[in-house]
Amino acid sequence: MLFTKDDWGKALEELRKSTRILVPVKEGDLHTFQPLAEKGIPDWNYQNTRMSPKALVYPQSERMFEYSLGEGDANAHVLKESSKEYKPQAVVGIRPCDAHAFQIVKLNFDNPEFKDPWWVKRHDSTTFVGLGCNEPCSTCFCTSVGGGPFGKKGLDVILHDLGSRFLATSLTAKGEGFLAGLKGGQKAGEKDIAEAQEMEEWAGQKISGKIPTRQLKDKVVNQLFNAPFWEEVAFSCINCGTCTFLCPTCWCFDIQDEVLGKEGDRIRNWDSCMFPLFTLHGSGHNPRDKKTQRVRQRFMHKLKYYVDKYGNGVQCSGCGRCVRYCPVNIDIRQVCELMNNY
Amino acid sequence: MLEYTEKIRETARKLLEEGKVEAFIGYTKGTVPMMNHPVVIRDPGKADILHWDSNCALNLCNYLTKMKGKIGIIANGCNSRNIVTHILENQVSRDQLYIVGIPCKGMVDHRAVKRAAGNREPEEVIEEGDTIVVKGRGFEETIKKKDVMQRNCLVCTHRNPVIYDEMVAPSVEEQKEVDQFKDVQMIEEMTSEKKWNFFTRAISKCIRCYACRNACPLCYCPTCFVDESRPQWVGKSSDPIDTMTFHILRAYHCAGRCTDCGACERVCPVGIPMRQFTKKLNKDALELFSWEAGLTLDQRPALDTYRPNDYNDFVR
Repeated sequence: MLFTKDDWGKALEELRKSTRILVPVKEGDLHTFQPLAEKGIPDWNYQNTRMSPKALVYPQSERMFEYSLGEGDANAHVLKESSKEYKPQAVVGIRPCDAHAFQIVKLNFDNPEFKDPWWVKRHDSTTFVGLGCNEPCSTCFCTSVGGGPFGKKGLDVILHDLGSRFLATSLTAKGEGFLAGLKGGQKAGEKDIAEAQEMEEWAGQKISGKIPTRQLKDKVVNQLFNAPFWEEVAFSCINCGTCTFLCPTCWCFDIQDEVLGKEGDRIRNWDSCMFPLFTLHGSGHNPRDKKTQRVRQRFMHKLKYYVDKYGNGVQCSGCGRCVRYCPVNIDIRQVCELMNNY
Repeated sequence: MLEYTEKIRETARKLLEEGKVEAFIGYTKGTVPMMNHPVVIRDPGKADILHWDSNCALNLCNYLTKMKGKIGIIANGCNSRNIVTHILENQVSRDQLYIVGIPCKGMVDHRAVKRAAGNREPEEVIEEGDTIVVKGRGFEETIKKKDVMQRNCLVCTHRNPVIYDEMVAPSVEEQKEVDQFKDVQMIEEMTSEKKWNFFTRAISKCIRCYACRNACPLCYCPTCFVDESRPQWVGKSSDPIDTMTFHILRAYHCAGRCTDCGACERVCPVGIPMRQFTKKLNKDALELFSWEAGLTLDQRPALDTYRPNDYNDFVR
């Protein structure tokens, strides 16, 4: 379907009445996904959101259960699932790398062995409407990790920005349903489709970052683990959570109980392997009490353990956030190369 | 300041070759514009990777904590003041260090550069004296460095190192008559409610990554209070009250110690104006105790000393 950008905006406005529509909105220096509303004016020319959109399915802090500690209470000490909302939502304008990332983490949250009920329900109630990248950033390396500026993994619909118009192509039944629910638009002509195709090829060539990942799976875990370069890689790391919290594929969490008086909540929070508390045992022993061990863990998890465990490539979609925002410029592209070529 | 690079390389090479230091801490050029990468080198043959420009705005003193052996380090004004504080607080000793002093002309605020480039992605940022040339796809902008300086550098009154073994260049003129605390005064004049709203809004984007804390050389506690789990002092979720508790306590732990190096603000991934918390305490330290952190090894910091005969009542 082909929409003028005006018509696209109007169609989303109309759809907003029945579906929660999330769009990229500029706030100060950075973009975030916000519900489309009078204040949430979408900026379709954005590069990417500062935070990855993983929080839309997997919030940074989520109340899982509630309980009472009141002895007189009939339900004392019984966990009750917190009420949650799974209203259908559509993330419109998500970049292909971030949609791909949901597929990468799906192997953890939704597999034959384990299902995380909240992640699964929220993921399944979300429609991913991607916006292909006409202008990839200089730090993007999606094409090295199984994606591309117009990659379709994890997307229900893909948009091609053709200047004054959007070409919207459905990729799944969910996407078809989404487009059927939009008013306006017209059937795309051959010329528009050819133009979109040309755009895709052009954008693919613009990705300058190429990182080698092919040999990672053949490396011996212990040899990589004991490689001599980790001290040097980790020296500058300040062990903050910027890389892990901005990352669309970092999924680790911590579960905390918070009690006020006799009422308690069991909360799940994003955690970070950069934090010392991450692996602190009840005994007081910490198997990763040194910075270098924590830095190594992050890269080994993404670029070796995940590769070996799932046979699905690396746990990275090449969005480049950690490259751009690491305070001390530790560059995963370089570390990946070190590991791959070791 | 680009001309310092050659001198830094030469000095580091010589120090390592002569065995005066075992390790040398500096920066190497980063892989993305305006981001440089702290490095430690131990091999004189690697001295050529060292680099200096107006994007070296982290605080290298951060890496000195409990470091062993003889260490060479580069230090501009604020970093040198943190080294003094580190020595006073027994985190490193003076005789371990060979300090290569850098007369600093101020650091560039990477966010301001992006804004000046119309929020387009800078692919190359070239520094030429007092101007900065920003190049990206289909654009090239020339901006004046003074228009995109970090805000802490604009009000800095200690650009030259206060402690060093040698300098890479002659001292630069210190900035005179800068109004250091204009922004603090604006907040002081607010009602309590407005102040609360100001700080609540300031931290509303915080993701609790602790980059501000970890970029700061003052934060070296073996276990930070936010990382304690038994007892747990502060909640680990993104609850705004816990987040505010973290920011206020972090700032108070820096009272009388902060040198306004700006590293906390620089590294924040979501652009929180962290210095508004610490600067008020710097102002109080100056007004109440005539104290500026890290200027001398000969005096204990304002908040870790007292006199039994102090003229104030509270000590008695």
